[in-house]
Amino acid sequence: MALQSLDITRRSATTTPSPSQRQTMEVAKLIDISKCIGCKACQVACMEWNDTRDTIGVNHGVLDNPMDLTANSWTVMRYAEVVTDRGLEWLIRKDGCMHCAEPGCLKACPAPGAIVQYSNGIVDFHEENCIGCGYCITGCPFNIPRLSHKDSKVYKCTLCSDRVAVGLEPACVKTCPTGAIVFGTKDDMIRHAEGRIADLKSRGFAQAGIYDPQGVGGTHVMYVLQHADNPAVYCGLPKEPSIGAMVDLWKGAAKPLASLALAMGALGAFFHYVVKGPNKVSEEIEKEFEDEK
Amino acid sequence: MKNDPKKILRYTPFERVSHWVTAIIFILLALSGLTFFDPAFYPLNQLFGGGVWTRILHPFIGIMMVISFGVEFFHYRQLNVMNVTPTDWEWLRHAREMVDGDDRNMPEAGKFNGGQKLLFWLLVACMVLLILSGIVIWRAYFAFLFPVAVIRFASVVHAVTATIMIALIMFHIYVAIWTKESIDAMLHGQVRRAWAKQHHLAWFRDMTGGGK
Repeated sequence: MALQSLDITRRSATTTPSPSQRQTMEVAKLIDISKCIGCKACQVACMEWNDTRDTIGVNHGVLDNPMDLTANSWTVMRYAEVVTDRGLEWLIRKDGCMHCAEPGCLKACPAPGAIVQYSNGIVDFHEENCIGCGYCITGCPFNIPRLSHKDSKVYKCTLCSDRVAVGLEPACVKTCPTGAIVFGTKDDMIRHAEGRIADLKSRGFAQAGIYDPQGVGGTHVMYVLQHADNPAVYCGLPKEPSIGAMVDLWKGAAKPLASLALAMGALGAFFHYVVKGPNKVSEEIEKEFEDEK
Repeated sequence: MKNDPKKILRYTPFERVSHWVTAIIFILLALSGLTFFDPAFYPLNQLFGGGVWTRILHPFIGIMMVISFGVEFFHYRQLNVMNVTPTDWEWLRHAREMVDGDDRNMPEAGKFNGGQKLLFWLLVACMVLLILSGIVIWRAYFAFLFPVAVIRFASVVHAVTATIMIALIMFHIYVAIWTKESIDAMLHGQVRRAWAKQHHLAWFRDMTGGGK
């Protein structure tokens, strides 16, 4: 997969094909929430590999730290204490970019090449092309991209595209001590999830399932959920995420059609002039005012 | 040329200056805004120093527009010349004939005809929508105050209204070219009495005391 960055499926604000001769294997990261112990090693590994350092915050009285994704924290653990049919459960979700097959950020981005989707499924921000408008934040169904106050560019999880490009797994996967995060081809990850779900079901989690939402064409970060029927209990994981009607309207066919309509209007005006001629003062009235000339 | 007694003053120096200031700001606003509208227009960012500069400047040009258009709005409101009267509605009902090049059945127009007044109010409506939606999607200072659903809605409103406004201004520019001497009126302020009688008969009578 060396130089897989040449293989681009989608490129923001670009209407012609990008280099896409080769079809690399679709990859995916699978996060098994039932195996997660909330140690935050993935958060640390992410910062270490990507050389980001968040500002030291304050203790909010909960384990979440930082409390939200930032331009420096591309992944955060979200801790939920939930009462289910099994009693009190501690559900810990590693939040970050889901690498949608149909990315809302890329659809919304007006800057050519600021967001790309590699043919392996990774959605990557190329900050050097980013203009800082924040449209990707508007387009994202998962509320992931964060605008940096330092340089007014947006940042998010890259799924370690630089590591994946040379055949390594993402840093969070490498470091996870319980094997809750695994990485491989998307097909393999789905198969792996099926095994985990069968195991969870045998242990009484009747609603265990995979989170690979089809509303965004599936994702390249998937979860194994104990309660797949109610993803919202995992700190508000959306049940049926999609790009949504508003963003479709905003970024769909309407704008090219509107541009065409404006161009036709200008052309129509020109031919109106050619056909009807100018709107001048009539000869009659001109005669009345001949002394003026 | 100054105060030519045979000519009629149509636009005061203040009205001319404020019109052209607004016009220049509108062109800058439209070109910078189109940059984000569709990839086809993205190269326009080069006029403003690149994509990042265009993103920074567009909302500030918008603030200039609010001031400039606001000045014009209150000026014309104070003059009470933009109220749409029954005669104006009658004029608008005959607008098709006007477009067809036949103005024989057009009702007498005052200083502004029904079409001009309707355009004025449509532009005011567009401006209000653009300001409100523009604040919501101004990521650097305001967008974080609003839920994402509101920002998505405002993005659509901003794009749709901007398209309508550009269409209206294109129409405005065309009728100014089509109606000979009206651009001169906005450039120099004065119009020939024949022009006034042809295009704005009621206004012509007011200005000349009913004379020819």
